[in-house]
Amino acid sequence: MTTTAKDPVETGQGRSPQIPKRKRGVGEFLIDQRAFVALIVLVIIFGLLSDNFLDPSNLVTMTRHVAYNAILALGMLLVITTAGIDLSVGSTVGLSGVVAGTMLQGWGISLFDVTAYPAVWVVVIVSLAVGAAVGALNGLLVTRFNVAPFIATLGMMYVARGAALLISDGATFPRLQGDPELGNTGFSFLGTGRPLGIPTAIWIMGVFAIVIGLLMTRTRFGRWVYATGGNDRAADLAGVPVNKVRMRAYMISGLCAAMAGLIIASELTSAAPQTGQTFELNAIAAVVIGGASLAGGRGTVKGALIGAFVIGFLSDGLVMVGVSSFWQMVIKGLVIVLAVMLDRGQEKLKEARAAAAAAQSNQQEPAPSSSGTRST
Amino acid sequence: MSAAPEVSSDVVVRALGVTKIYGGTHALRGVDFEVRAGRVVALLGENGAGKSTLMKILAGVEQPTAGQLELYGRPASFDSPADALSQGVAIIHQELNLCPNLSVADNIFLGRERGRGGGFVDYSEQSELAHRLFERLEEPIDPGRLVEDLRLGQQQLVEIARALSEQTRVLIMDEPTSALSGSEVEVLFRVIRELTAQGVAIIYISHHLDECLEIADDAVVLRDGSVVAAASMADVDLSWIVQQMVGRDEGELYAPLAFDPGVPLLEIRDVVVADPENAGRLAVRDVSLTVHENEVVGLYGLMGAGRTELLEAVAGRNAVAAGDIRLDGASLVGKRISERIRAGVALVPEDRHRDGLVPALSVGRNLSLAALSRFLKGVFLDRRTEATAVQSAMSDVRVKAAGAHAEIGSLSGGNQQKVVVGKVLLTSPRVVVLDEPTRGIDVGAKADIFALMADQAKDGRGVLFATSEVEEVLHAADRIIVMSRGLVVGEFDPRTTTREELMAASGEALEGLTTNGGDPA
Repeated sequence: MTTTAKDPVETGQGRSPQIPKRKRGVGEFLIDQRAFVALIVLVIIFGLLSDNFLDPSNLVTMTRHVAYNAILALGMLLVITTAGIDLSVGSTVGLSGVVAGTMLQGWGISLFDVTAYPAVWVVVIVSLAVGAAVGALNGLLVTRFNVAPFIATLGMMYVARGAALLISDGATFPRLQGDPELGNTGFSFLGTGRPLGIPTAIWIMGVFAIVIGLLMTRTRFGRWVYATGGNDRAADLAGVPVNKVRMRAYMISGLCAAMAGLIIASELTSAAPQTGQTFELNAIAAVVIGGASLAGGRGTVKGALIGAFVIGFLSDGLVMVGVSSFWQMVIKGLVIVLAVMLDRGQEKLKEARAAAAAAQSNQQEPAPSSSGTRST
Repeated sequence: MSAAPEVSSDVVVRALGVTKIYGGTHALRGVDFEVRAGRVVALLGENGAGKSTLMKILAGVEQPTAGQLELYGRPASFDSPADALSQGVAIIHQELNLCPNLSVADNIFLGRERGRGGGFVDYSEQSELAHRLFERLEEPIDPGRLVEDLRLGQQQLVEIARALSEQTRVLIMDEPTSALSGSEVEVLFRVIRELTAQGVAIIYISHHLDECLEIADDAVVLRDGSVVAAASMADVDLSWIVQQMVGRDEGELYAPLAFDPGVPLLEIRDVVVADPENAGRLAVRDVSLTVHENEVVGLYGLMGAGRTELLEAVAGRNAVAAGDIRLDGASLVGKRISERIRAGVALVPEDRHRDGLVPALSVGRNLSLAALSRFLKGVFLDRRTEATAVQSAMSDVRVKAAGAHAEIGSLSGGNQQKVVVGKVLLTSPRVVVLDEPTRGIDVGAKADIFALMADQAKDGRGVLFATSEVEEVLHAADRIIVMSRGLVVGEFDPRTTTREELMAASGEALEGLTTNGGDPA
């Protein structure tokens, strides 16, 4: 037998040096905070181009427009962070408005031949529950029946829209301000009220943002959302109830959509079954512009809010400076794509940085012998 | 027994002084290796000895840092797998690389479809050619069937047919039997003999040494990147191979460790687990074992022995088909993973990227993920308690990172693994279960992980870890249990056993095969 001498093995005893903390440059800050930077740039550009863009009253009006998309985006953020998507929110907006409309117009209970006029708070709760129920169906399809989120919520998008059309028979419910004699007034407060001079919609957006922000950053559930979207197998093995987490994310998304539907119906004091078409796309765009990853695991409330403001201010600003509605669409599309391209760029930058750090912390590669030592 | 140099005329491929350096590591050091027509050469060596690197170089996947390849005596270079294939060298990887949704013929010609011109595929010609290939292999597989409808053994044959559809002179088989049953192995061996009779040279890599003894004509043993021995298989036996693989210092005993096992903690009784990958097969056929307090139990076995499936059944990822798993006398069967973690069993999974880490979360958040309930204060997480616990976990498991906020991706493999171990330890387990805890990590981190395991046992916990490295199980276990093909085939005391005994036990229980090697003492 031929036997060659075995080289002595150089064992990697040199331990890695501590990885120094990096200083962040201005460029990096601009990339990291790109959504916010984009918003500032938009405000400056439109402020220069339009005389009244920066009027406080105009800013409030635009923010009111932002509010319902922001509320949708907050729910969408939860779903996208679990690596899902919810295409049904636009239809849920229409459905919840119609449910509220039919109840405010009088809830005919044919069996007893009576018509009930529930109080506004009942109407609100039932409408929100309908939204959450749509979300629960989405969740059920995704978790129990393993339907891909895109398909499950695409299906629910049609089902919920159809339900809205069925309930209203395709018609619009007008005059939702209620009747003092029936004791169901006050619905218009959601859309037109101004506590402390600020529209109710903005207050609601603020409350939702704070609650969901706390949920995502301060609770166990929030951590579970990130873990489920980041690596569901690892999360499962760590004891995270991944299916329950997904289910709740879709339910919250449905509830947010119903809230947006109520605000819009209240603003218009009428509820049309077609309301909310393509809203899901604006919500997804807001979340993505805010830095969330459609692959899951990444996304913040701050980002989603800024994303909603970017889209809202961009739309309103383009109208104010008189850009044609055709060009508005082109520009909006480009902004969304640009945002995602920057995101990819940032991911690559991060990966390169991580690889460099890993190489640094692991300069001595393993010697090819397994000479583990037992320490007692 | 020198490697018969007299028959050099039929050498198909030869490697001369091939060296491969990755980063600063010598994976291969001046390896000479030759493959002769019509013969099966078994390439032997422990994990990390350089077998796969050498095969990757011969198959064009990797380029040598130094050295020369020859094809039929003329200098040759294989720039890519496709290049190697066109020159007659094909490789069948350990994992099947088939598209289950396509037909057998489609898979065989994938990427080099027979065309009619204009992008149209000549399906009848492909079907005809595939049919002839299976005739050559003497295996009647219908080329029109979908791959997903075939048994695993047949899928393996499709891989072989694919490798043969070029003018193949050399066929490299990397662990071809790891997923096969005993009778399927017989079929594979018959096909191998067919091929060698037709003049094809086979390079055969397997951890199942008795298979190598049966099928191979020559043996070449690698250790630490060098060829340490080459011989005709007729002249050697199992114990010779094992001695060459592990080195000269066999028989050396390890310092006896004073340990005092306490009461039984984890009791596994007659457990049967279905194979999650292949419906209708059992990964664990009937296993009973006990882990006591203060004890490190090492589960040793080859790939496919059922270790991972058993440990995942303990952790709650795989359901047990029969049998019972008890912790402190209370059954865990039917309990959710979170309930088992609370009861005190948590698993460090085999594949940390797939099952252990959430790359989007920081080091600290990964560490606390399984123990979040501990930090609840009302509905909110108490981030200060969490941060304190994370800090102490990071120093306990000696994670080297820029801080708790560091990205998982910025850590080396060893430090990532320590994060996974730390995550499990943060759940305050009674029994720590680790599956291949040292896979792909450096020597320093290995030592740290073994030290952690020993510390856990000293603190009264039970430790159950699985490994396919015989050195590790001898170094780190208080008691060794050997598994093979879903069964426990032996229990050993690391103070009185040898590597040879363990390796023989793990490979011996192969059914349907007779070993022609001697029985190692």
